[in-house]
Amino acid sequence: MSQVFPKSANAWSKASVLAIVFVLLGLGWVVLTIQRSDFVTTANQFVEQPVQFSHQHHAGGIGIDCRYCHTAVEVSPSAGIPPTKTCINCHSQIWSTSPYLEPVRASFRDDKPLQWVRVHDLPDFVYFNHSIHVTKGVGCETCHGRVDKMPLMMQKSSLQMEWCLNCHRDPAQFVRPLDQVTVMGYQPAIAQAELGPRLVKEYKIAGLEHMTSCSVCHR
Amino acid sequence: MTNKFIFALLATATLLVAGCRQDMHNAPSYKALRGSDFFADGRSARNLVPGTVARGWLRDDEALYTGKVAGQIVEQFPFEIGHAELQRGQQRFNIYCTPCHGQLGDGNGMVVQRGLRQAASYHQERLRAEKAGYFFDVITNGFGVMQGYAEQIPVRDRWLIVAYVRALQLSQHATVDDVPADKRAELDAAPASTERH
Repeated sequence: MSQVFPKSANAWSKASVLAIVFVLLGLGWVVLTIQRSDFVTTANQFVEQPVQFSHQHHAGGIGIDCRYCHTAVEVSPSAGIPPTKTCINCHSQIWSTSPYLEPVRASFRDDKPLQWVRVHDLPDFVYFNHSIHVTKGVGCETCHGRVDKMPLMMQKSSLQMEWCLNCHRDPAQFVRPLDQVTVMGYQPAIAQAELGPRLVKEYKIAGLEHMTSCSVCHR
Repeated sequence: MTNKFIFALLATATLLVAGCRQDMHNAPSYKALRGSDFFADGRSARNLVPGTVARGWLRDDEALYTGKVAGQIVEQFPFEIGHAELQRGQQRFNIYCTPCHGQLGDGNGMVVQRGLRQAASYHQERLRAEKAGYFFDVITNGFGVMQGYAEQIPVRDRWLIVAYVRALQLSQHATVDDVPADKRAELDAAPASTERH
C-alpha cells in the first residue's frame, strides 16, 4: 500500500497550525468590523417618514431653534416630538394646500398623531436623558450631526457603548458654552483644549469614576 | 461517531442562533411617545382626565396663569423681573417668537419673509400702550392668525417673554438722551458682538 501523504505534508501541517491563528484573528476582525459598520448601527441611512419633513429647510434655511419643536429637551429625558399643532402654527397659512402636507392636515383634523419612524433607537436597557446633556453643554450637533443639512433625518453616530464612553471618559473634548448648545456648525471661540476643561469645571460635570460607572446609564 | 459529532455541532449552533433575540433591546414597556396597541387611539401617553390637578399644581393664582383678574387684564407682572429674568426672556423670545416677529419684534421674521402674513410689530402705538397681561393672554391663547403657545411655553417663561417684549419696545423708542452720559462715546464705537447664532 502506497503512502497517502507525500513527505511535504509534514511541512504543510505545521504551517497550517500557524495559519489557523491568523484565520481566527482575521475572522475576529471581520466580525468586529461588521459589528461597527453602518449596516449594523443603521447610521448614515435616510429613514422614510410619513411626511417628508426637512430639518435642512426648517432648522437650516429658516433658522428655527431646535427647541421651538423639541420643547422638552431641556427638562426631560425625551426631547419630545412636537404635536401636529406645532406644524399648524405656520402651515395653517404656508403651503396650506400642498399635497405633501396632507398627512399633517389629516392628523390635525382627525386628532390622530402622525406616526413618525424612530431614527435614534437606543436599546431599552440604556437610560438616556436629553436634559442632563443639553444643560451641561453637550450640543445637539455633537450627537446628531449637522441636522441643518439633512433633508431627511438620519442617525449620524453609531450609538454604541464605545461611542458613549468616548465622551463620558473625557467630556472636555466636546462641551460648549450653554448659549451655543443648539447652534449648528459651532466653532469654539478659543481652543477647545483650553475651553473644554474650564467648562467641565464651571458646569460641575462629574468625574471619570461617576461618568463611567455602569449604573449611570444602565439602571 | 462522525455523524453524532456533526449532529451535536448543529444542535449547539441552532440553540445559539435561537438564543439571539432582541427582547432586552425592545422591552414591552412604553418609552416616551411610543405607540400602543392596547389603547384605541394608539397613544401610550394618555390625556389627563379633565379637571385633574397634580399635587402642588392648583392653578389658583389667576393673575399668574391667565394674565387677568376677574376678567380684567392685569397691568403688572405677577413676580419681580430682574436682569436674569430678562435674559431668560430674551432667550425664550428668540426661540419661540423670532420666527414670525423677528429679533427686533418688528414683525419681519423669517417665516414672514417666506410667505406668512405680516406679524404684528410691537412698536405700533396700540401695542406700546397695552398692559403686560394682554401680551400674556395673546401668547397663551393666540390672536388672529397666531396660534396659542400654551403647550410650547410654560407659564413663567411666557411672563419672561412679555418682559423682554417690553425691553424691545423701549429699545426701539430710545433716544440718545436715554443713554447715560458716560456711555455715549460707545455709541460711535464698533458694534458690540451681540450675535448669538
